[in-house]
Amino acid sequence: MSYDRAITVFSPDGHLFQVEYAQEAVKKGSTVVGVRGKTTVVVGVEKKSVAKLQDDRTVRKICVLDDNVFMAFAGLTADARIVINRARVECQSHRLTVEDPVTVEYITRFICNLKQRYTQSNGRRPFGISSLIAGFDFDGTPHLYQTDPSGTYHAWKANAIGRSAKTIREFLEKNYKEEHVQSDEGAIKLAIKALLEVVQSGGKNIELAVMRQNEPMKILDPEEIERHVLALEKEKEETEKKKKP
Amino acid sequence: MFKLSEKILLLCVGEAGDTVQFAEYIQKNVQLYKMRNGYELSPAAAANFTRKNLADYLRSRTPYHVNLLLAGYDETDGPGLYYMDYLAAVAKAPFAAHGYGAFLTLSILDRYYKPDLTREEAVELLKKCVEELNKRFILNLPSFNVRLIDKDGIHDLEKLPLGAK
Repeated sequence: MSYDRAITVFSPDGHLFQVEYAQEAVKKGSTVVGVRGKTTVVVGVEKKSVAKLQDDRTVRKICVLDDNVFMAFAGLTADARIVINRARVECQSHRLTVEDPVTVEYITRFICNLKQRYTQSNGRRPFGISSLIAGFDFDGTPHLYQTDPSGTYHAWKANAIGRSAKTIREFLEKNYKEEHVQSDEGAIKLAIKALLEVVQSGGKNIELAVMRQNEPMKILDPEEIERHVLALEKEKEETEKKKKP
Repeated sequence: MFKLSEKILLLCVGEAGDTVQFAEYIQKNVQLYKMRNGYELSPAAAANFTRKNLADYLRSRTPYHVNLLLAGYDETDGPGLYYMDYLAAVAKAPFAAHGYGAFLTLSILDRYYKPDLTREEAVELLKKCVEELNKRFILNLPSFNVRLIDKDGIHDLEKLPLGAK
């Protein structure tokens, strides 16, 4: 017995309200920042403060899809779990049929096709997540894509989604420079700097994942993040001192 | 020989086509487990997963006619070898072989195998098997690929017999 009525229908002025409401749900999710460097891609998330008795290792917003591609999302965690699972199966399925790992664009397209199908189906609502998909193709080029609940995707050099995404995007537009992200350290620093703008208590609430060319994704230890945060604070102090005559 | 994960190898012989198809399917599913759960399947789990697939397909319209050996190293249980055949039997064994050559090599292995062989003794034992095949087997098999699995993963050894190209 299948449903006979669609939930996502056009409004008189051409909007898909369910999709727009889904985008509202995304805006409530915790912030995610992505930076594409020359040989590195970096994704940082704002860690929501957990209850005292909760094990914070079980809140994982950054997930690997395959050896060469990973993603982070903002929005409904449960919806993300479904999308991530389908993407993981598709990555292996692609390897089985064509004997090559997926390109970042391919898996992004797959996820977006999935999301779009749910905006045009009977009895289903759209997925309430936006995601940043980052990784390397097998020829070594890094990519960063953003998807949203409507199923559109765009490639970015650096972007943010979730709460305060607009603030961070403006910060990135001002501070992203090609030379800075040539090195791994540069890309990581930019991502942390961007997140520090909006995250309350500094390094403790940041989780960062780094993927270097031909290496699996690595989640940075809290100590490493603290190290970067301290270095950034020192730099800030020094620029302030130079400004004072 | 198919690499299922960093410390598991699957050797697959039998019907042409079935071997590659089945082994690649298992290989991708083992990788999927790693992506979903963050750690790799143990050799025992991988062997049982393989056997279950073999058994399910056996009573379908499309059975796979493949004989398998699964070799792996587990952090807690150490090295393990699993013998599987096309009727979906599985047996953990200290040594195993498939094919007509098995008739000859199993007796050599029976005679000279001891538990707790060292790495060098194990390679010597494999060499003895190949020598026996060179002497008594009807087919001329000029070259064997040899791989070794230990706590550090999979290693390629010299091809047998020595001097084979």
